[in-house]
Amino acid sequence: MATVDAPQDLPTGAGTRRPRRRLTGYWLILPGALWLLVFFVVPFYSLVASSLFDPDGSVLTGYEMTWHIGNYWDAFTQYKGQLGRSLLYAGIATIVCLVVGYVLAYAIAFKAGRWKNLMLVLVIAPFFTSFLLRTLSWKLILADDGWVVGVAQAIHLTDVLNLIGLTTTDDRLLATPFAVIAGLTYNFLPFMVLPLYASLEKVDVRLIEAAGDLYASPMRGFFKVTFPLSLPGVVAGTLLTFIPAAGDYVNAQLLGSTNTKMIGNSIQSLFTTQLDYATAGALSVILMVIIVAAVMIYVRTAGTEELV
Amino acid sequence: MSQLDEATPPDRVGAGGTSRDLRLTSLTKEYSSFTAVKSLDLVVPQGQFFALLGPSGCGKTTTLRMVAGLDIPTSGTISLGDTEITYEKPYKRPVNTVFQNYALFPHLDIADNVAFGLKRRGVKDVKRQVADMLELVELSSQAHKKPTQMSGGQQQRVALARALINKPEVLLLDEPLGALDLKLRRGMQLELKRIQTEVGLTFVHVTHDQEEAMTMADTVAVMNQGVIEQMGTPIDLYENPRTTFVANFLGQSNLIAGEIEGRDGDHVKVRVQGAVASVPGERAHSESGRGWLGIRPEKVLIAEAGQPIDAPGDVITGGYVTDVSFVGVSTQYQVRMPWGQELQVFEQNTGARAMLPVGTKVDVSWRPEFAFLLDASQDAKAGIEEE
Repeated sequence: MATVDAPQDLPTGAGTRRPRRRLTGYWLILPGALWLLVFFVVPFYSLVASSLFDPDGSVLTGYEMTWHIGNYWDAFTQYKGQLGRSLLYAGIATIVCLVVGYVLAYAIAFKAGRWKNLMLVLVIAPFFTSFLLRTLSWKLILADDGWVVGVAQAIHLTDVLNLIGLTTTDDRLLATPFAVIAGLTYNFLPFMVLPLYASLEKVDVRLIEAAGDLYASPMRGFFKVTFPLSLPGVVAGTLLTFIPAAGDYVNAQLLGSTNTKMIGNSIQSLFTTQLDYATAGALSVILMVIIVAAVMIYVRTAGTEELV
Repeated sequence: MSQLDEATPPDRVGAGGTSRDLRLTSLTKEYSSFTAVKSLDLVVPQGQFFALLGPSGCGKTTTLRMVAGLDIPTSGTISLGDTEITYEKPYKRPVNTVFQNYALFPHLDIADNVAFGLKRRGVKDVKRQVADMLELVELSSQAHKKPTQMSGGQQQRVALARALINKPEVLLLDEPLGALDLKLRRGMQLELKRIQTEVGLTFVHVTHDQEEAMTMADTVAVMNQGVIEQMGTPIDLYENPRTTFVANFLGQSNLIAGEIEGRDGDHVKVRVQGAVASVPGERAHSESGRGWLGIRPEKVLIAEAGQPIDAPGDVITGGYVTDVSFVGVSTQYQVRMPWGQELQVFEQNTGARAMLPVGTKVDVSWRPEFAFLLDASQDAKAGIEEE
C-alpha cells in the first residue's frame, strides 16, 4: 500500500511550504512598487493637486487648494495653439523618423554584414555628447549665413518649405517650424532606429525567400512579409519618438522662435518663471491625457499584441 | 559521373503534348572556399517523384536552391522543357518550394498562408482553391489558426499546401520531414506519395534519409561531394551499387578485398582469401586488378561449420560468431572471418534453427547473383554514417 501512502504525504509536505511561496511574489514586486510609489504616484498626486489650486495664488500670498476645475478649461483655451503645434510637430518628426529610421534599420539588419555592430554604435554615438550641446550645434549648422541655407536655396528647398508653411521667409531656416521639426527628428531618431532594428533583425530571412518563391517581387515581399513582421518595432519606435517629442521644449527654445512655441515651453515657463502652478499643472495633465488616449487608440488599431 | 540514361520515363509524360522535363546541364556552384556542386548533369522527367539523396554538405540543398532561383549558379544551365530558367528571378519561375523549416508566415493565418502565391499572381477564385487545397491536406477546420498554434505535422502540411496550390511545374521539397518524429514521418511519407500521384506534378525531394528516398521516389540520385555517384530506381541502387559510397550509404554492405581473376563467360571470377567467388558481369564494375567484393548482410547465409547450408552459392569457411543481436524479425550476427574481417549477417527468424551463440564456428555462403564487384581504388568506408 506504499503507493497509496506516498501521495497522502505530499499535500502535507507542500502545505507547510505554501505560505512562504506565496509571499515570494510580493517580495519581488516590492522594489518596483516602491519605485513607482515614490517616483510616479507621489509626483503625479502633487501635479494633479496643484492643477486644482486657486488660480489667483502667488508665491507671496501662497497657494490654496480650492478644487478649481476651471483651471483646465482656462489652460486649454489659452494654450490650445501650443498644444496643437506640439502634436503636429511631434507627429511630423515621428513620421520623418520612421521613414529615415526604417531605411537605416533595414540596412543595418540586412545589408551591413560585418559592419553591423559598428553601425549600431554610430547610431548610439550622439548620446555620448550632451543633448543640449548637440541641439546648440544645429543652431550653427542652420545659421542664416551658413552653407546649409545656401544649399537649400540653391536647390530651391527653401521655396518648397516656404510653400508648405514650414518656413516663413525664403532666406532663413533657423527660428522656423522646419528647424524645430528637424531638431526633434535628429534628437529622437535613435529611439526609432533601435526598436526597428531589433524587430527587423528578428525577421527570418527564409520567410523573405519563401515570399519570393511564392511569386512576390522583392517590393511586394517587403510589404506583405517584412513590414508586417516588423510592426512591433514600428509601434515601439513611434511611441518612443512621439511621446517625448510632444513634450519636448529644448528644440523649440533653441531652434525656434516665439511663433514655434510648443506646449513644453509653455509649461516650463509657467512653472519656472511665471510661477503659475495651477495652469502649468493643468496643462501637464491635459497633455498626458491626450497622449495616453492617442497611444491607446494607436496600439489598438495597430493590433500588434500577438506579434510582440 | 553522370547517368542520364537510367531514369525511366514516367507513364504520364507529355500530358499536354510537350515534355517539361527539368534539365540541369553542367551545373556548378562555387563558393570562395569550396565547390558545392561540380558540373552536375541531371534530367528529371516530368511527373516523376525524384529524390536527391546524400549526406549533409553533399550539395543537394544547393542544387535545390539553384533550381528555385534562391542561389545563382557559377556556371551551367537549368531548363524546364525548352525554357531556360538559369537566371530567372525566383518569383517568376513556375517552381515552388516546401522549405525545411516550413517558413510559414507567422503573421498570416493558415488560409492566408496558402493563398499567398495565388494572391501575388492576381488569380481569381482564391477562396475556393484554398478550401480545396486545405481539404486535400485535411486541414479544413484549421483555416483560421495561426501557424504557431499548430503541431509540426500540421505545419508541414500547410507548407505543402501553400506550395502545391500554385500548381508549379516542379515542386521542390527540402528535407520536408526532417523535423518530424519517426511515426509522423512515416505517415507523411505515404501522404506525400499519395498527393504526388494525385496531382501528377514533378517532385524533387532532397533528403539525407535513405529509407525515405527509397520508399517514396521513382528515381533516386545519390549525391556525394558535389557530384552524383549513381542514379536509378531504388531497387537498382540497392541491389547493384556502383560505388562503395552507394553500397554503404544505402543500407549496409560487406565489402571483402579480392583479386579479380577476369571474365569467365557471363561472370567475373574473384579470388577472395583463398576461395573463388563469381559475380554476374552486369554487376561487376571493375574487371581487373584488385576489387571489393560486395554482398548485402541479408543475402549472406550462415550455418554451423560443416552443416549443410540451404540453397548455397559461393561458400567461405572458417568463421566464428563474435556478436549476436536479436531484433525480432531477424537476428544480426557478426562473423569474424579467418583473415580478421568481421562480416555482417542478417538472418530472418523463421524458426528453422536455433540462434547461433557467440563463439560458434560457422560457414557463410551467398548466391553469386547477389554479389557485386567494385573498384578497389575507393575507400571501403565511404558513405558509412557516423551517428
